[in-house]
Amino acid sequence: MENIQIDKELDLKGEVCPFTFVKSKLILEQMNPGEILRVILDYEPSVENVPKSMKEEGQDILEVKQIDKGLWEVIVRKVR
Amino acid sequence: MSFQFTEEQIKRYSRHIILPEVGGKGQKKLLDSKVLVIGAGGLGSPSLYYLAAAGVGTLGIVDFDVVDFSNLQRQILHSTDRVGMPKVESAKKTIQALNPDVNVIAHNEKIHKNNVMDIIKDYDIVLDGSDNFPTRFLINDACFFLGKPLVSAAILRFEGQLTTFDYRDKNNSPCYRCLFPEPPPPGLVPSCQEAGLLGVVGGIMGTLQANEALKLILDIGEPLVGKLLVFDALHTEFNVVKLRKDKGCPLCSENPKIKELVEYEQACDVRF
Repeated sequence: MENIQIDKELDLKGEVCPFTFVKSKLILEQMNPGEILRVILDYEPSVENVPKSMKEEGQDILEVKQIDKGLWEVIVRKVR
Repeated sequence: MSFQFTEEQIKRYSRHIILPEVGGKGQKKLLDSKVLVIGAGGLGSPSLYYLAAAGVGTLGIVDFDVVDFSNLQRQILHSTDRVGMPKVESAKKTIQALNPDVNVIAHNEKIHKNNVMDIIKDYDIVLDGSDNFPTRFLINDACFFLGKPLVSAAILRFEGQLTTFDYRDKNNSPCYRCLFPEPPPPGLVPSCQEAGLLGVVGGIMGTLQANEALKLILDIGEPLVGKLLVFDALHTEFNVVKLRKDKGCPLCSENPKIKELVEYEQACDVRF
């Protein structure tokens, strides 16, 4: 997954559900199909909820990974 | 499409934004939309309150009356300390306390033939919550001539009615005059001042009007066009009957009799 080209990054440290998803969605809505968003999260329940909600909206989850202690990244490709 | 929401707006509208059918895009549509509500009474109170909560950016309110104790059994925009205050002013206060995003335009005047077009023309959608036939016919005809969608509701005793006339598509929508070609003779239909009304019926029907308006703005679901919904509060029943375009309709048929606004006399102005 080293070669993923990130088009936009969103730092959501300090944000909790459902605003982690709401803020990710607002950014995704303004991106073009095919573009890739990287979201940084430090609220553990969001690590499950954000990708789940994105999938329900038809987006493509490329990666969900812990990148540090209490820190995760979600990489998503906008489909629609 | 691009949109920028404040932190407060993201929180306020989060339950909308989460919905796939709304999202940030739909919320922006709501904030950019202009809805006119005729009457800040039993129907207008709930519809205005929900439209304001939903973030409809411009709400016009037409009413020439002042708040009376007899209103407070159902007109939830108003309160005891506002008795005597113009209803549009009281409505504006309540709405602005709920949502400062909403620009409220108060039309503190009676609707008549010479001002109705001017009042309606700048709005996207009109909600009729008026309490008399002359006003209903005037609003209908004006919306028809201007091509504005009209969400019409009426309440009496334990019953409510609702339908949407989409005058953006006149060929496929019946009009109010297909249902009622002319006002009934004076005295035939009692007003709610004479007949009474269970307050909550206004709450239910006004809320359904707001629902219709939101769907029209968001362009989701199916509006209640060509259908009349009848609510029976005593048996908690909703029935939907078909409304057809009347080929001999005085307003929307191919050879209409009515080509300009008609002003009818108000049969009775009794106040209780």
